[in-house]
Amino acid sequence: MDFIKNFPFFSIMLCMFCAIVNSVLGRKAAKYMTRIVLGLVLCLSVAILFFTIKRGEAYVYYMGHFPAPWGNEIRFGCLESMFSLFVSMIAFLSTIAGTKAVEDDVEDKKENLFYILVCLMTSSLLAMSYTNDLFTGYVFIEINTIAGCGLIMVRQIGKTTVTAIRYMVISILGSGLFLMGVTLLYTLTGHLLMSNIKESVAELSVSGEYRVQLTIVIGLMMVGLAIKSGLFPFHLWIPDAYGQSNVVSSSLLSSTVSKGYIFLLIKIFVRTIGFDVIKTTGVLYICFTLGIVAMILGSVMALHEQSFRRMIAYSSIAQIGYIYMGIGLGTAAGVAAAIFHIFAHGATKSLLFISSSEFTEGSHSKTIDDLKGLGHKYKFSAFCYSVGAFSIVGFPLLAGFVSKLLLGGAAIGHGPMQWIALLALAVSTILNAIYFLKTVIYLYIPYDEEHTGKSADMVPTYRMNCEEYVFGVIMLVAINLILGLASGSIIDVINNGLEIFS
Amino acid sequence: MWNLITNHLNDLVAVALFVIGFADLLFQKNMIKKVIGLNIMDSAIYLLLASQGYIKGRKAPIITDGITSAQNYINPIPTGLVLTGIVVSVSVTALLLSMTIRMYKKYHSLDLDYCLMMARKEG
Repeated sequence: MDFIKNFPFFSIMLCMFCAIVNSVLGRKAAKYMTRIVLGLVLCLSVAILFFTIKRGEAYVYYMGHFPAPWGNEIRFGCLESMFSLFVSMIAFLSTIAGTKAVEDDVEDKKENLFYILVCLMTSSLLAMSYTNDLFTGYVFIEINTIAGCGLIMVRQIGKTTVTAIRYMVISILGSGLFLMGVTLLYTLTGHLLMSNIKESVAELSVSGEYRVQLTIVIGLMMVGLAIKSGLFPFHLWIPDAYGQSNVVSSSLLSSTVSKGYIFLLIKIFVRTIGFDVIKTTGVLYICFTLGIVAMILGSVMALHEQSFRRMIAYSSIAQIGYIYMGIGLGTAAGVAAAIFHIFAHGATKSLLFISSSEFTEGSHSKTIDDLKGLGHKYKFSAFCYSVGAFSIVGFPLLAGFVSKLLLGGAAIGHGPMQWIALLALAVSTILNAIYFLKTVIYLYIPYDEEHTGKSADMVPTYRMNCEEYVFGVIMLVAINLILGLASGSIIDVINNGLEIFS
Repeated sequence: MWNLITNHLNDLVAVALFVIGFADLLFQKNMIKKVIGLNIMDSAIYLLLASQGYIKGRKAPIITDGITSAQNYINPIPTGLVLTGIVVSVSVTALLLSMTIRMYKKYHSLDLDYCLMMARKEG
């Protein structure tokens, strides 16, 4: 059984090597290689998850031969393994379901390069979730940025290059701030390993030394990661990046890449600095306020958006606000709700992006008005898109409902903050319902000239007609249902994970 | 006061450079100037790291004359971090410059704002 302790390392390295090997493979070989490796990583993550749940404790794995204060470490508990399970699952299903979209957007000769980016992105996310070392975290943040930038550029039209440059510049600003924070923290504590930093910071907070410096460090790291994950004032790159790139890239970027940074932020708050110290600095109020503003403004901007894909992108801004609001509440319940929302939103957003590909690519309908009546043409996609839309609005039985319930429950009992949080949740949900259900209603408008102004041509012009698409999308729907129906046991795992996290 | 400044000259210069680089990266419109800003910002962090690892009067961490006591050597970890960081910033710089070339070929300008405007017009 102890052999399982090697699995986190294996899963990171498998993805890395697959990325390297893909560079010399042809398009078909690269495609199947990536699928096999991502599937394998998925199985390894499931094994790690069950292992940690069964043993009920976290394990530390030495990288190299040097013990704690000097060497590099991997650490895994329930939460880390659950996050990597989530990442590998979304990556696996998105690449399978979007095979045709990738083939359409990428030149045949360059298709293996796309799969390199997917593997690099997955491996850096896995490393970010497993690593116990802040500087390793920084290095993988940069790898992730590079992979994300490439993912935006896979669709080779001029404007994606500009979008990717802007994404890159903003991300570099964020990682510069984060690196400055890591450097200053190293000079304050003399450590880079998270558990050692926590001990030193606890001593510092007892003695009251370097209080200002510690606050600056926490602020730098928080702002850096908030910029990279696209929290409200730093969200300007999101609509272009998610709206213009390939559907698979959009789904990976919105549901896994930005979530990876948030997971790292939770790791820094809970494991590296310690939540008690964080509470004394007031950073959480910033998280909470920006989260609330993002929830409302993201929804308002989505309401005014005419382009369909950009509307889904704007809703991501609002959903990221939910997560930061959960963290900003400053309780274990809040953080647990935020983590559940990471999973719920990831599953839902990738479903929305991928199932909408048939409408956006097919009739080349960019605006929401063009959606009218398409539900009769593309029955399967429209059904799956509706499930995703209902989930994100918070329809019972689906993932979004549970996460909103958890966030609301976590907010209760916080004095004046609870009213703000509950009000923002209510307003944001209503706005969500307005713009998402509008698209669903448009899809099912009767398909004739009277309503849509188009000829009653019932033959689909474009089809993702392959088993891969059907399989991937059905699995994503199933994940949404599982997150909604079996939420109790998942929340138990998250709570257990948070207990052994610190 | 003067003592404080001379003792922490490296740190002060590093922070000043960091702010200059950060502002460059954020506010310059020209892509080449942005890349220069990025490199100034990263170098500032490496200066800070390297100067924090240096301990006055000690030697490079290579065993000479059989002295193995750690008391005689400087801290080697920040130097290692600087090396890793340089590798990262070189690759980011290379990617950013290659994308700049691509943008220039398409829009014949290095001005990011102008190119964004042109890209918006494409629809």
